Amino acid sequence: MATETTEFSVPDSAAKAAAGSQEFETEKLELSMGPSHPSTHGVLRLNLELDGEIIKKCDPVLGYLHRGDEKIAENMTYNQFVPYTDRLDYLAPLANNVAYAIAVERLADIEIPERCQAIRVLISELARISAHLLGLGAFAMDVGAMTVFLYTFTEREKLYTLFEELTGARFTTSYTRIGGVARDMPEGWTGRVLQFIEEFLPVVDEVDGLLTRNRIWVDRTEDIGVISREDAIAYGLTGPNLRGSGVEMDLRKDLPYSGYEQYDFDIPVGTKGDCYDRYLVRIEEMRQSARIARQVIDKMPSGSFYAEDAKKIFLPPKEKVLTSMEELIQNFMLVTEGPQMPSGEVYFEAENPKGALGFYVVSKGGGVPYRLKIRAPSFCNLSILPKVCIGAMVADTASILGSLDFVMGECDR
Amino acid sequence: MIPTDDSLTSLKEKFSHLNERPSSDWPSFDTPVGELLLTLQALEDEYDFDMLVDVTAIDNGVDASPRFTVVYHLYSTNAHQYIRVAADLEDDENPVAPTATAIWPAADWHERECFDMFGIRFEGHPDLRRILMWDGYPHFPLRKDFPLAGFENELADEEVAEVTGTKVKPAPMAGGPFVAPQADFMTKREPRAKDESWNEKSEKPE
Repeated sequence: MATETTEFSVPDSAAKAAAGSQEFETEKLELSMGPSHPSTHGVLRLNLELDGEIIKKCDPVLGYLHRGDEKIAENMTYNQFVPYTDRLDYLAPLANNVAYAIAVERLADIEIPERCQAIRVLISELARISAHLLGLGAFAMDVGAMTVFLYTFTEREKLYTLFEELTGARFTTSYTRIGGVARDMPEGWTGRVLQFIEEFLPVVDEVDGLLTRNRIWVDRTEDIGVISREDAIAYGLTGPNLRGSGVEMDLRKDLPYSGYEQYDFDIPVGTKGDCYDRYLVRIEEMRQSARIARQVIDKMPSGSFYAEDAKKIFLPPKEKVLTSMEELIQNFMLVTEGPQMPSGEVYFEAENPKGALGFYVVSKGGGVPYRLKIRAPSFCNLSILPKVCIGAMVADTASILGSLDFVMGECDR
Repeated sequence: MIPTDDSLTSLKEKFSHLNERPSSDWPSFDTPVGELLLTLQALEDEYDFDMLVDVTAIDNGVDASPRFTVVYHLYSTNAHQYIRVAADLEDDENPVAPTATAIWPAADWHERECFDMFGIRFEGHPDLRRILMWDGYPHFPLRKDFPLAGFENELADEEVAEVTGTKVKPAPMAGGPFVAPQADFMTKREPRAKDESWNEKSEKPE
């Protein structure tokens, strides 16, 4: 019996369309995405030029959250600016405070006691966990995996409770002071942090299990938004985005500050530089942060939580201000005139959750910075967008934006 | 070549136009604006400073000359070192600097921000538009003669201004956060708005 073959022919109308495709006029579609769009995480606007579903041109429009932080800094004392740093990367205010404080301390040449350094490392790592949890949850939700968001936000809530206990605030913490931290850790707090880590690590594994081998997730992220190693460096990317492209740069290892050299941790790097690699890097960074946090608590030195030689900067304890003349005057002078800084200039970058957050402080003496430039990692990370979006589908922008994990508060300053 | 202290000394020997800039943290050089691009290119090619981390400017004061200084911070991802290069700009009225976008694409947005905030024009920049303020904004906010409370402006969208008849009002603090004046009697040292050219009590000069 002869096998029956069926000949499939192209239907007439489709054949005509294919043959005459030259005759159709194609028109580029301009699409303004944002500034209030769920996948743009805040107020980023993208002016896209589309050819069908393909992005031909991408022009990010920034500045919707511009508050003039650098101008404000020129008009207030060094201590007064600490709360403003909370509002840069508002997902990791603790880490921002630390970066700013270290920059000014380098200007004033202050040695920070070991206990204070350890507290700073601990809160920076907790802030990193908190920021990555949010970044990951939002990324997954944009791509359609709602469950992950609920898991990560449950853990973040526990972290906020810990932050509240430590600093008195859940969101904008303003915990670090120049020359120390605002107060010592409450009793038993480190124990509760350890307990949190105990509960949090299985959740990371769970999220890992939900996403890493998930067919839909891999399809939506693998080979999407590929950033080559050379491009990543040339565009000044930092943080997990740079490491996702295979560059092993981490300021905690390269130029250790605040005693990071004492702790063992690994730097995860990607191979391809696509959205999937950036996701993997973040997952592993959370585990490494937990590892650092455990070591810090294990080794927590005793001593003072502020530098004794920072008396000219650090506000004296309140009970002394109310009982002792010397401290009262000190307090008054610090509040009215600000800490007296030597003139000079300092550039310091800290490895924040989003990348290297830099402060360039120019001082001409006195209590007010002459110029304070904030080098925002999100700003630099976003600058590659016009390049990486070209040729991608519109739906891929959700993956790309989610994997770049930026915060507009920091980007627009 | 990986930058070490020796190689940076050799840099200074190679380029006689470089002057050491006082610095307590990283190696720091002043260069005339004419040789700026040459210096940056050499640092990228020969000294392995592969990452441009920051471009910014300093306004040295309304009456100062040279008024504007551009400052570049470079980082070497192999040697883990920063370097600072600064150049004073020649024209105080219309400051112009060369663009570094050909060396690092990262310079694109940094230079746009510099233009936006200080009005420094980067010659040869492919797309020098405002980046944080809106297109058509007439002032340069980080210049020292720009008051903290801002200037009264037409709304960004002219159509909206036409319909509502409103203008953007300056912030009510009129001078903003508090700083005590440094040289005065103790009794007058009460914290007050730093910009005292105008506030709630005295009218803003036209």
